[in-house]
Amino acid sequence: MPNKPAIIVKDAVKRYGDFVALKKINLSIQDNEFFTLLGPSGCGKTTLLRMIAGFEDVTEGEIFLFGEEIDKLPPHKRPVNTVFQNYALFPHMNVRENVSFGLEMLGQSKSDAMRCAEEMLELVRLSQFASRKPAQLSGGQQQRVALARALAPQPKVLLLDEPLSALDLKLRKAMQLELKHLQRETGITFIFVTHDQEEALTMSDRIAVMSDGEIQQLGEARDIYERPRNTFVADFIGDTNLLAVKVESISGSMVQCLLKGGQRLKIAVNDKIKIGDSLHVSIRPERLFVSDVDDSRGTLRGTVKDNIFIGTDINSLLILDSGDEFRVRASNSDRGNKRIYAPGKQVFVTVEEGAARLLVD
Amino acid sequence: MGSRKYNIRAYPGFIHLTVLCLLILYLPLAIVAVYSFNNSPSIVVWEGFSWRWYLDVFIGLESAKFKLAAKNSFIIAIIAATVATVIATFSATAMIRGGRFRLRTVSFGLISLPLMVPEIVTAVATLIFFNSIGFERGVLSILLAHIAFCIPFSYLPIAARMQGIEDTYEEAAQDLYATKRQAFTKILLPLMMPGIISGFLLAFIISLDDFIITNFVKGAGVETLPTAIFGAVKQGIKPNIMAISTMLLAFSIVMVTLSYLISKSDDKT
Ligand SMILES: Nc1ncnc2c1ncn2[C@@H]1O[C@H](COP(=O)(O)OP(=O)(O)O)[C@@H](O)[C@H]1O
Ligand SMILES: [Mg+2]
Repeated sequence: MPNKPAIIVKDAVKRYGDFVALKKINLSIQDNEFFTLLGPSGCGKTTLLRMIAGFEDVTEGEIFLFGEEIDKLPPHKRPVNTVFQNYALFPHMNVRENVSFGLEMLGQSKSDAMRCAEEMLELVRLSQFASRKPAQLSGGQQQRVALARALAPQPKVLLLDEPLSALDLKLRKAMQLELKHLQRETGITFIFVTHDQEEALTMSDRIAVMSDGEIQQLGEARDIYERPRNTFVADFIGDTNLLAVKVESISGSMVQCLLKGGQRLKIAVNDKIKIGDSLHVSIRPERLFVSDVDDSRGTLRGTVKDNIFIGTDINSLLILDSGDEFRVRASNSDRGNKRIYAPGKQVFVTVEEGAARLLVD
Repeated sequence: MGSRKYNIRAYPGFIHLTVLCLLILYLPLAIVAVYSFNNSPSIVVWEGFSWRWYLDVFIGLESAKFKLAAKNSFIIAIIAATVATVIATFSATAMIRGGRFRLRTVSFGLISLPLMVPEIVTAVATLIFFNSIGFERGVLSILLAHIAFCIPFSYLPIAARMQGIEDTYEEAAQDLYATKRQAFTKILLPLMMPGIISGFLLAFIISLDDFIITNFVKGAGVETLPTAIFGAVKQGIKPNIMAISTMLLAFSIVMVTLSYLISKSDDKT
């Protein structure tokens, strides 16, 4: 048996009065993992994180840290640290005192704690700001102090609640890399909360996609992106085309689906489905090819409505004969290629093999 | 930035009204201050500048009486303000950090109500209370009464300061292995300090200055500065009273200014 999981959340429920914030959450997070809780605002990410940190009690269920039940312990007895969304740096202490605070509370002598704080500050490249007060730092620097402060006591698990959401885009990208790097370097398990799917895909070993207090899907980034389990996940992660279809016939591993306008699409079976079911199919825009000749494999017919230049790519908006809107993404380097057609032109769309995915709910 | 249209200064008579109000407020104080330096026993005719009445306060005939009264006043004010501030600090912590408990609004009302009750009512009630439990009147009865009525005054700045402190600081402290008590002493208390000092100074001034309640609950022969001044004034206003008043005024201004500056200070530096 490999190492015990860093965190196990077992049948955890959180209710505020009548309101159910989390419905029976089950999670197992491995040691050394960069794990992300991803979901829209209000889905319960913070609540789950605060339950692990000890700021919210668990209405039902249990939480284990390396096999030890921690859900009844007060926050200061849990060897996990948090990077708060607003950083919560102590305004009356300077940067060094902030970073050494946890170590001193753990009983280290002041000089040891200070020395360790200096090392942490070096790690986040803030040594020259050690004597400043938090208010004298920029947002990105405060962020790194918060990180150093939470890492200094060498927690078993680090919790990060949307730590990058207050930063501007460029700084956010840089911090994403830095965080990932720090996680590798320290070997500490990170549980990272974000509502930004791109951020989650970039950084995570595994992602739990949440909505309405439930985990919709849990898996590796690529897995979730390519094999979303339901329409929520398909829609929330990345860009996708969702088409309503009806199951016409099933033969072996392939399903024949009927679109609204009478066109047909062959898709791989992926779930318990039966003939006559009304389902959705999700197709990522970058896995479609447009052509102006019907090569007989060309399954869908439509008309180009618009082409939108977005830097690296060009998004083409099509109207299928079924009436559905359809987005196709082509790399900008394909410009010389024939795949970008003028608005009004009739085109045929080929779906890359295995790219269409049937979703039951 | 008020728009031109609603610029209050544009109303007719604005300047005159302002000057009138300021005169009514400050002219009496100014006259007292000026005449405390009058080189004459008269309180109406100016006869030149002198320090004689200030000297009189410290070494004159009535100086022993005033010194004792001042000593009483300061001792009572320091103890009353200290005790009231400690009580107010814990009340504010319980009220603001205690979560949403039942009767919270009622509790807040109960704490701040004394500010709105006419002081004479409080005075009579306190006197009746002391009488009914057979408490001997003297310095101790004054002190207890002062502690009681100072609490709401020190509570307000402390609670106001505390309301502005997000509770994530304490959460962060607990997350970093501080117990609840350590989070309070190492994080919350230092952050509240400006409010606490401001509350202390306010309570101190209120206690130092109190006349009505003190006059009711003090025992015979025990005087604080305000009651001593009142007693002296009954025998006719002499310029030495003006000198004492001016010193008290200066002291109060310093304290109130300090209280204001401290409550405004933040941890940005
Ligand atoms: N103390 C609370 N009392 C009542 N409802 C709460 C409380 N805290 C959070 N909630 C509710 O729980 C849900 C999940 O909140 P939260 O975990 O903060 O979401 P997220 O972090 O995913 O945006 C929200 O609908 C929120 O309104
Ligand atoms: Mg949140």
